[in-house]
Amino acid sequence: MTALLTFTVLVLVAIAIWQMTKIFELSQTKTERSEIANDSDNKNNGYLLFAFLIFIYGITIFSFAKYSKMLLPEAASEHGGDYDQLMWVSFAIIFFVQTITQALLHYFGYKYRGETGRKALFFADNDRLEFIWTIIPVIVLAGLILWGLYTWTNIMDVNEDDDPLIVELYAQQFNWTARYGGDDNVLGEANVRLIDIANANILGIDESDPNAEDDVIVKELHLPVGRKVNFKMRSQDVLHSAYMPHFRAQMNCVPGMITQFSFTPTVTTEEIRLNPDVVDKVKRTNAIRAQKGDDPWEFDYILLCNKICGKSHYNMQMKIIVETEEEFNAWMAEQKTFKESVMVDEAETEEQVASTEEEADVESEESASEE
Amino acid sequence: MSEVAHVSHDDHHDDHGHHHKETFITKYIFSQDHKMISKQYLITGLIMGFIGIAMSLLFRMQLAWPGESFGIFEAVLGKWAPDGVMDADIYLALVTIHGTLMVFFVLTQGLSGTFSNLLIPLQIGARDMASGFMNMISYWMFFISSVIMIISLFVEAGPAAAGWTIYPPLSALPMAQPGSGMGMTLWLVSMAIFIASSLLGSLNYIVTVINLRTKGMSMTRLPLTIWAFFVTAIIGVISFPVLLSAALLLIMDRSFGTSFFLSDIFIQGEVLHYQGGSPVLYEHLFWFLGHPEVYIVLLPALGITSEVMSTNARKPIFGYRAMVASILAIAFLSTIVWGHHMFVSGMNPFLGSVFTFTTLLIAIPSAVKAFNYITTLWKGNLQLNPAMLFSIGLVSTFITGGLTGIILGDSTLDINVHDTYFVVAHFHLVMGISALYGMFAGIYHWFPKMFHGRMMNKNLGYVHFWITAVCAYGVFFPMHFVGMAGVPRRYYENTAFPMFDELTNVQVLMTVFAIIAGLAQLIFVYNFISSIFYGKKGPVNPWGSNTLEWTTPREHIHGNWPGEIPHVYRWAYDYSKTYENGEYIIAGQDFVPQNVPLQENEEELNH
Repeated sequence: MTALLTFTVLVLVAIAIWQMTKIFELSQTKTERSEIANDSDNKNNGYLLFAFLIFIYGITIFSFAKYSKMLLPEAASEHGGDYDQLMWVSFAIIFFVQTITQALLHYFGYKYRGETGRKALFFADNDRLEFIWTIIPVIVLAGLILWGLYTWTNIMDVNEDDDPLIVELYAQQFNWTARYGGDDNVLGEANVRLIDIANANILGIDESDPNAEDDVIVKELHLPVGRKVNFKMRSQDVLHSAYMPHFRAQMNCVPGMITQFSFTPTVTTEEIRLNPDVVDKVKRTNAIRAQKGDDPWEFDYILLCNKICGKSHYNMQMKIIVETEEEFNAWMAEQKTFKESVMVDEAETEEQVASTEEEADVESEESASEE
Repeated sequence: MSEVAHVSHDDHHDDHGHHHKETFITKYIFSQDHKMISKQYLITGLIMGFIGIAMSLLFRMQLAWPGESFGIFEAVLGKWAPDGVMDADIYLALVTIHGTLMVFFVLTQGLSGTFSNLLIPLQIGARDMASGFMNMISYWMFFISSVIMIISLFVEAGPAAAGWTIYPPLSALPMAQPGSGMGMTLWLVSMAIFIASSLLGSLNYIVTVINLRTKGMSMTRLPLTIWAFFVTAIIGVISFPVLLSAALLLIMDRSFGTSFFLSDIFIQGEVLHYQGGSPVLYEHLFWFLGHPEVYIVLLPALGITSEVMSTNARKPIFGYRAMVASILAIAFLSTIVWGHHMFVSGMNPFLGSVFTFTTLLIAIPSAVKAFNYITTLWKGNLQLNPAMLFSIGLVSTFITGGLTGIILGDSTLDINVHDTYFVVAHFHLVMGISALYGMFAGIYHWFPKMFHGRMMNKNLGYVHFWITAVCAYGVFFPMHFVGMAGVPRRYYENTAFPMFDELTNVQVLMTVFAIIAGLAQLIFVYNFISSIFYGKKGPVNPWGSNTLEWTTPREHIHGNWPGEIPHVYRWAYDYSKTYENGEYIIAGQDFVPQNVPLQENEEELNH
């Protein structure tokens, strides 16, 4: 495949060079030629402009026919439906305008190609025309603005109504961690200054905060279907962006502040794997992977980093699993709480440390281990 | 309005007519002549463009054939491509420097610097810029900043690699990525000098346009090129200082331990002392320039297109006043839309609403411009010179790229395509390719003015245009689909996500088109260089143009006009103007230059 393409490129380059030299030779022989377009230049390029219009339509049709199946499947979140609808309408408008304006532009280029003796029309102004093509965009855009703003306000209204699940997404070079509020659904306070790698407190959770004790820290994001999720995003080092394309959700993670996004997943992982579009996509993808000798792929929702964050930016991901409430609860019950996994270990290690080395205390003091 | 144009050219009169003793150094290097400075800008810009485009081909190859070994990688990148496989850090560096070079060095100073310098004095009827010395300083600062940027490519830890927007903390912390060490320092120094250069240039353009117009050249008789350069200079003066402040604060954070943009950072096992700063503040400052910058890049291209299109259509530009109003409206709105780059940055969503509103408003003057261009072609007598083709190409890509702006400017729709290839496709078409086309149109059109009447080979120009036009769509049209499939930009490779596997074919297609397009630029380079020395000399006014620059002799002289500066009696667009009986105003000639007085029975029809 690669070899073939490289070969194609080389052949095309060769053709280009051959054409170039030919043209150059031609230009050398007829020294009388002027460098200003003459009637035959106008004619040739006029026809080419028309051909170019067909090319633009062609590449549009080609891309739609060949690539639209590769696009994201239908939205798997509640607001995602509104998003897709607005996207669809905007695209319809865009393609309508694109088709017409490109046609006019290139057709005029072809139709009015210069000829000796042709007289151009001195047409400098027409208030009515200009009014029409000012007012039409105004109306169309006003509609789009209002609709867009209405949807935007709804999406970005992160509130505590309907008992949302609170989840923290924590970004660092180059991985994601998720934290759940646990039984009380309240996240314990946290700050990077409290990070204590030695004691596995990697998120800098405040151990003195009672809300923190039942927090659950995981490396795979599980979400119950049909329940609103309020995400609180944090980053410990550089900007990252939590991008969940299947849910039409994205928010940057900014060191020094907590950003928020909220959505309600509506399709479980199992359900979406049965979606015909997804089934086809998986089939096509696995055919490609088999060729390359990669393992077969099973569709999963995914969280990607979408803000340049350094060397491994391209591989900063976390799997998202949307499941039924029962499955979610069962999974959650298996997870260790913060208290179980960190605070207990820590107490043990600290005793050991204290008995052997006094100085160690001084260092760990910062990490709020007064208790 | 023409009362404003009280220019005392008399004190220049003794400037011409006698020979200046010019050495090689004063003529070609430390020249204060706007025509020479314009050529210096052009050639520096083209060299930077060559490097920038070559870089893009390298990373396009990596995207199409991820992890593959290429001899050219090893040859060009050296230790950054062990065994010919591109390193992930250098991938980001290439992306970063490509963006920086193309946006600032090629399309800002390369385009604006070249044509503002060449055309402002010539088209308004001035002997030179208001301050030739400042003009020279401006160029040499640009040159120094270019040199520093190039030097930064060779530092030990690699050049800046945080994206051309250099968002902190990534750009501020050397431990976050190697490119944020010396490479980033040099990037910032280079840009600080660049900004100073741009400001000096812009102030000069503004003053020249306001003060040095010849008699009769009222503001409403200015060619649209000059309007575009003038307004571009104004937005440059308004917005570039803000970038300078962002750069200075970033330098402080990096080197002097301040916390303007940094807070609560834990990296490589330790907590840093920074407290209270905000990266979002940097984003505001950056895009306060960054967005107007898009129009700093685009407006001159649109101005050039207006002029080239009208001349070659043998028709007045349609809706001159609407065009001027659109330029002004775009310029004004461009300074209050920056937040649309930050819808998901964590800034207050209400602010997002405001920016959606202003952003979609800017589509209105843009639409007016597009429609006016199309109407200018209607019933014309189109002389399809290479410059004209590039102008038509510009309108085409401007529409295609501009329309997807409606998606990105809508805060709702931006959520899922933000920072994906959809954005890359959008801005490459609407400002990258369009502005490049504008630049090419300008070069083909004014080449005879720059190089003593020599003209570029038109057939090579045609080949250049058609290959470029096809390939530009070939690269960037499919790219929208990659973006809508959810592929983020600035990924070294997409193999870590099986959901992107089937898009590799699209990447290959785009890369093949990109390579062909890149090679097609060599045709231009050849044509450009050979035409400088061997180009055929054309008539003094080869395109039958109305503007004043074609009333100067082919040979460059200090002061532009050997005799008195021509006076202006009409606007620049009296193409194919006729009397009521259908006869051309000047018999046998379908254009009436600006310096021709109104004829008997002629109505002044400037709109």
